[in-house]
Amino acid sequence: MSQEANGQKVDTSKRKFLIAATSAVGGVAAAGVAVPLVMSMLPSARAKAAGAPVEVDISKVEPGMLLTVEWRGKPVWVVNRTKEMLDGLSKIDSQLTDPNSEQPQQPEYCKNATRSIKPEYLVAVGICTHLGCSPSEKLKLGADSGLGADWPGGFFCPCHGSRFDLAARVFKNVPAPTNLVIPPHQYLSDTRLLIGVDTKGA
Amino acid sequence: MSALQKMMGWVDDRFPLTATYKAHLSEYYAPKNFNFWYFFGSLALLVLVLQIVTGIFLTMNYKPDAELAFASVEYIMRDVDWGWLIRYMHSTGASMFFVVVYLHMFRGLMYGSYRKPRELIWIFGVLIYLALMAEAFLGYLLPWGQMSFWGAQVIVNLFAAVPFIGEDLSIWIRGDYVISDATLSRFCAFHVIALPLVLLGLVVVHLVALHEVGSNNPDGVEIKKNKDPVTHIPLDGIPFHPYYTVKDIVGVIVFLMVFSAILFFGPEMGGYFLEANNFIPADPLKTPQHIAPLWYFTPFYAILRAVPPMFGSQFPGVVAMGMSIVLMFFLPWLDRGKVKSIRYRGPIYKIMLALFVVSFIGLGYLGLLPSTPLLTIAAQVFSVIYFLFFLLMPWYTSIDKTKPEPERVTG
Repeated sequence: MSQEANGQKVDTSKRKFLIAATSAVGGVAAAGVAVPLVMSMLPSARAKAAGAPVEVDISKVEPGMLLTVEWRGKPVWVVNRTKEMLDGLSKIDSQLTDPNSEQPQQPEYCKNATRSIKPEYLVAVGICTHLGCSPSEKLKLGADSGLGADWPGGFFCPCHGSRFDLAARVFKNVPAPTNLVIPPHQYLSDTRLLIGVDTKGA
Repeated sequence: MSALQKMMGWVDDRFPLTATYKAHLSEYYAPKNFNFWYFFGSLALLVLVLQIVTGIFLTMNYKPDAELAFASVEYIMRDVDWGWLIRYMHSTGASMFFVVVYLHMFRGLMYGSYRKPRELIWIFGVLIYLALMAEAFLGYLLPWGQMSFWGAQVIVNLFAAVPFIGEDLSIWIRGDYVISDATLSRFCAFHVIALPLVLLGLVVVHLVALHEVGSNNPDGVEIKKNKDPVTHIPLDGIPFHPYYTVKDIVGVIVFLMVFSAILFFGPEMGGYFLEANNFIPADPLKTPQHIAPLWYFTPFYAILRAVPPMFGSQFPGVVAMGMSIVLMFFLPWLDRGKVKSIRYRGPIYKIMLALFVVSFIGLGYLGLLPSTPLLTIAAQVFSVIYFLFFLLMPWYTSIDKTKPEPERVTG
């Protein structure tokens, strides 16, 4: 294909090639400029550094009580479970989605029946695995909780009705797909708990 | 030649001022049979201007900082002269924007305004609707109240449900691992400059496309088919100015009466326009007992909740919610009816449209309530009807018994 212009032949295939090449190079340049703009929206160095571990004194958490501490901007619950509460955990396995904590929602050392290092202390991130609301504590057993006489104690998410037991395991037939997250943590002494790092330094 | 005419001539030689005025107002011929339902396009434009103007004045005193934002809104409400009025105009305007846009969209459904040759007008319109939803969602975080915070938390977590990339995507959107100051600042940037620009651009192309093909009308017949042989003006057309500018002014007056009544007597609208919990500063450690989005999002929120998690993921619900809006884009090609307007449609379309409206309002109502097993079943039924309206449309519109369209517009 060629056209006449001023008596000279115009090489249209060359012209097409040049247009395509210019557009391609321009497109790559535009995409290149977009990279720093898009990357600037990632968490900043300061936001990344803000994930420091927090130390908690758990001596004042009486049996049956819950303490909320803030770690990385999220609520972390420390629950001192009574013997009655612990005994109830194994009885409701059939009502739970993941009773044996198969999903990697906890460090290896908490993949046990109570999902904890010390059986009485539950340490869990209080953020629902559905859409991120913070469930309300419904620690009381039975009808006192407002969730029916057979309520074994646990947590109830007000946003979409998800229920969790006292080991932060999710019940069946609720919107939340997995158990609540157990953060990495370790005991510095009998009463001092460090949330955010464990003995492996993770 | 008067001095004014001379000046106009000088401008017209350099910029198509008179030509533009004629093309879009004094010689833009709109069908003569517009009715009540044709007020809402111009009203949407009015509310857009209102939002932009009040928004500019709010930014003069608002502080997009997690430490200061909540207090700066209260400062506007209490200490800035007339600040309460400007803020309530903006918050009432947000809800009223959706009121007029929903009525405007329903008009399109009734009279087949999305049908050939107006497919692009409809598509631009759905894009405007999407941009508007994004704008409203982003703006709702800015007062940094409890509902701002937890609403944003839930919606951003919807993106986290996307398989594989979801977690990183939600962190990228937030700019942090939780909703934080970084999130607030960027939402403010998008709300104040990025999305308004997108909205304005979309409104321009929506109107350019409309003026290219001409307006539809309650009869759904093309007025361009019957033109005066000499002047080539559509026989059933009347110039937009003065006829429809004057008609629209009547609409504006009635609208402003309603708007002012809300603004002055019930700016919170019993918690539907401004939720009570949003008068409590954001607390990242405590979720309010009951959270629901503002009323204009609740139909989609109800669809989201109606879908149970599958394969240990919330993603199917998110997909259903997304599809409920994406389907709107395909409406021009889903409709196989012989006629455009509901006036000449058969009974099946009328029933389907009525069911659709009932489900949409039903979903909107259910989305406001806490979910219980019984209400979830109701939401599931409504969701199915909502989707069937679109998915069965090629079938039921083609078998429907339509009446013949008239040659010219009626009444």
